[in-house]
Amino acid sequence: MSVAPAEVQRSDTEEQAVPDMPWVTIVWNDPINLMSYVTYVFQTVFGYAKPKAEKLMLDVHHKGRAVVSSGAREAMERDAETLHGYGLWATISHDS
Amino acid sequence: MTGGGQGATGGDRPEPDSEQGGTGDQWPEPDSEQESDEDVSLEDLMAGFRGTSGGATARFAAAQAAIIRDLVGQVIELIGADDPDEGSALPDDTAAREPGQRAGGLPTDGTVNAGDLAAMVGFAEDDAELPDDPVLARLLPDAYRDDPEASGEFRRYTEHGLRSGKAAAARTVLATLPPEGGRIRLSEPEGQAWLRALNDVRLALGTRLGVTDEFDDQVSDMAPEDPRAAYVGVYQWLAFLQETLVQALSR
Repeated sequence: MSVAPAEVQRSDTEEQAVPDMPWVTIVWNDPINLMSYVTYVFQTVFGYAKPKAEKLMLDVHHKGRAVVSSGAREAMERDAETLHGYGLWATISHDS
Repeated sequence: MTGGGQGATGGDRPEPDSEQGGTGDQWPEPDSEQESDEDVSLEDLMAGFRGTSGGATARFAAAQAAIIRDLVGQVIELIGADDPDEGSALPDDTAAREPGQRAGGLPTDGTVNAGDLAAMVGFAEDDAELPDDPVLARLLPDAYRDDPEASGEFRRYTEHGLRSGKAAAARTVLATLPPEGGRIRLSEPEGQAWLRALNDVRLALGTRLGVTDEFDDQVSDMAPEDPRAAYVGVYQWLAFLQETLVQALSR
């Protein structure tokens, strides 16, 4: 995401478009958490079916990170808080 | 992933004291006095968890129970949930100050020394409160990258609950694992608490050990007299234990 020129910021329509962009919760790879445990957490926290949970886990493992949920900022903060409770390294972002 | 039987650190572990035979480098010792209705074997003690209809079960020797209880107790101490200052969920000066100090403090440095391991064995209370402690930074990470202000705000409203939740999971382990070991049977909620508590212990231990993705190479390059060596076996055993508990609860 880049900073918009001042001219563009004057446009109301442009400014109103920003809040529609969803926030995302990102889980980052780390060398300690077990792959099976991460999959289990995705199933437990988000109710994802095992194939989806495993795919997300593998994305984290191979790509270093994965977007695990998206939506309103407050909801993403709840997700991150829950994931921190499970020991996963989760962050919130608006510009994934 | 295997159990804690890797030989590199065998000399530092409690020796089996029975006739279980041929496994002198295995660890830990069988706990014969706990036995009544089942044969206790080293295999049983190294089997980890297995699923039950309502949760999970495992058998622990006294030495195993002592290690788990010690490490779990250290996590409770580290996160400071017993600290009277933590009694209020309201923001205070301390909470407001921490995020700035913690900015950029996520654990990236793989180095570790004997002093760190000494700290692992007995956290000083003052050290436990330092926001730049890499273990604490890993257990209570920033929620926003490159945005200390937003991270601070998030931390102000969530950290107390996060610490309390971790302490509650750790206390569940202490409440369900007798110091003398033996067969334990966990409900599913208790098993989930165990999972989180074991994970926190592994995060703490792994961070102190400087575990990276090349951990196997790290271990093979580690000198026997390296003070970390004694903890590597414990770390690997806890991983095995957690793995079996995940499988037990996933049935």
